[in-house]
Amino acid sequence: MEIANFWVYFAARPLFWIVVTLVSFMVATWINRKAGGTALLHPVFVAMLMIISVLLLTQTDYSTYFEGAQFIHFMLGPATVALAIPLYDHLARIRRLLLPILVTCVTGSIFAAATTLAVGILMGGDARLLLSLAPKSVTSPIAIGISEQIGGYPSLSAGLALLTGVIGCLTAPAVFRLLRLKSDAAMGFALGLSAHGFGTAYAVQTSAIAGAFAGLAMGLTGVLSSLLIPPLVRLFGL
Amino acid sequence: MIQGVLILLLCQLAGELLMVWLGVPIPGPVAGMLILLLGLMIYGKVPDALRVPSEWLIRHLSLLFIPAGVGLMVFAELLAQHWLLVILSILVSTVLTLILTAWMMQKLEQRQLGRSKARGDR
Repeated sequence: MEIANFWVYFAARPLFWIVVTLVSFMVATWINRKAGGTALLHPVFVAMLMIISVLLLTQTDYSTYFEGAQFIHFMLGPATVALAIPLYDHLARIRRLLLPILVTCVTGSIFAAATTLAVGILMGGDARLLLSLAPKSVTSPIAIGISEQIGGYPSLSAGLALLTGVIGCLTAPAVFRLLRLKSDAAMGFALGLSAHGFGTAYAVQTSAIAGAFAGLAMGLTGVLSSLLIPPLVRLFGL
Repeated sequence: MIQGVLILLLCQLAGELLMVWLGVPIPGPVAGMLILLLGLMIYGKVPDALRVPSEWLIRHLSLLFIPAGVGLMVFAELLAQHWLLVILSILVSTVLTLILTAWMMQKLEQRQLGRSKARGDR
């Protein structure tokens, strides 16, 4: 009884869930490093599983958790704005490659959503789920907006975008090796376009140029997708 | 440091307001990023007060995704039912998109750089 009261007291404090999130991330980062940095145990993925387990074990619902975690979530906004700095640092190179950037980004944004829908339709998924999947390559805050607009589940889209990020980081090294890719700019751009913030976080670790191009691809894909995905899903008859 | 954080927040706020005003479905933070980029281009350099908090945020970007990611638990039932579709469609699409865009970008980059070199305007 005593311990139960103690738990209720602590769990009610938003601070508690911030601490849980940070500790989980640190432990997950440590596990990832011990495992040789494999993308299969991506720190974010491991931390998510750990937190979900804690929430299930303590029978805490997501909204209670989010009361605390929203303070971490909030920083996603300024962090997105901050991506203007690596962009500015590499502006000369980006300017020189403006045409390839635009062409690749328009093609890639359409392709990413179209292939997802195509596989989903082939497997006979229901419309609402497919609509939530469509903006999967778009950074979570934009994916939420697009999903709302086309009639998916906004919060599911945010989660699926994260799943895409993890899968993107997992498969990217093999894909780049297969393509014998040498250009850091192309690596970063593909990562930011296919796996948004996760890809960008991954590209930043590779090199500054890869990071800058990833940030650019993420922002541009977000902007273009919010314009291109609504007409695209109509084209697929959803 | 505080000035830098303030600049980031102001850009985000300006982005949010501008998009609401224009009625464009682009999220505020992305609009804020474009506004900040424009501001930096006009100003001509990145002040240290802005660079320090920005690079700190970018370095810890992946941590910031966790709260939203935990939200997947709300859809546990739906995902348990359709997990194969979800995983397969994401996996197939992501791998194909990575291949297409990385290949396209490298090819176009080589062509573009080759052309600028030939013209001698590096």
